[in-house]
Amino acid sequence: MGEKLTGLIAGIVFGIGLSVAGMVNPAKIVGFLDFFGEWDPSLAFVMGGAVAVYAIGYQLVMKNAKPLFADAFQVPSRRDIDVRLITGAVLFGAGWGLAGYCPGPAITGLAFGMQQTMIFFASMAAGVVIFKFTMGAKS
Amino acid sequence: MTIINFTPWTALIGGILIGTAGLLLLWLNGRMAGISGIFGSVMSTDQSANGWRILFVLGLIGGGFIWAIAGGDVAAIKIEAGLPELIGAGLLVGFGTQLGSGCTSGHGVCGISRLSPRGIISTLFYMGAGALTVFVIRHVVGA
Repeated sequence: MGEKLTGLIAGIVFGIGLSVAGMVNPAKIVGFLDFFGEWDPSLAFVMGGAVAVYAIGYQLVMKNAKPLFADAFQVPSRRDIDVRLITGAVLFGAGWGLAGYCPGPAITGLAFGMQQTMIFFASMAAGVVIFKFTMGAKS
Repeated sequence: MTIINFTPWTALIGGILIGTAGLLLLWLNGRMAGISGIFGSVMSTDQSANGWRILFVLGLIGGGFIWAIAGGDVAAIKIEAGLPELIGAGLLVGFGTQLGSGCTSGHGVCGISRLSPRGIISTLFYMGAGALTVFVIRHVVGA
């Protein structure tokens, strides 16, 4: 129960954050990535604010033996840089620049009822399914 | 280079909310707030432990609704990409984030905060690829 309620509340706060930050506006994302044209630096402040809060909070939270509603912290331990990590990041980045959507804002953006967002979202879901059918077993 | 449309305060407040949401998930559930990972699990055949993930995804949409109802400027949202770009970009983002095990939230916010080498390298590459894509579209093709 606690675990599910946490999921819902964290999702809502995250969604409000993405909206307030302007991350749900693809034109703003493309404007940030346009370093060689008319540049909108806002996204650097979104990232800066989020990282500042999370970095400090992470140190405090990880002093606990375990999370409140689960048996253990499930924190990634891998540190290796492999071809999949870099290829995946490059493909993702190309798509991000092309449409101005990363996964979170594409989901939150469904709330605004725009057809283009729904098309991007459906296509993103298809991309996830294609991965699972072609390369998913290896991960 | 000229600077336009800069909204530092809403960007900072939004970022703080995003970081806070990530911390809630870590402190209470012991989980990373990696949206592509959560979404990938929701799209899988095994739904046995996905209750909190499905509610997180619904919460993301709910957060957008709350912002819009509270007076958020929905009309300012502009999507410049056409239909073929939206479809191609969606496929790239869906496939790429699964292959690379993360996106702007997991590798970006959580990874950089934890000084994770994988998060930092991933962020450099997706930012670079995104900037290159926008450069080609706006200044090579669109020039």
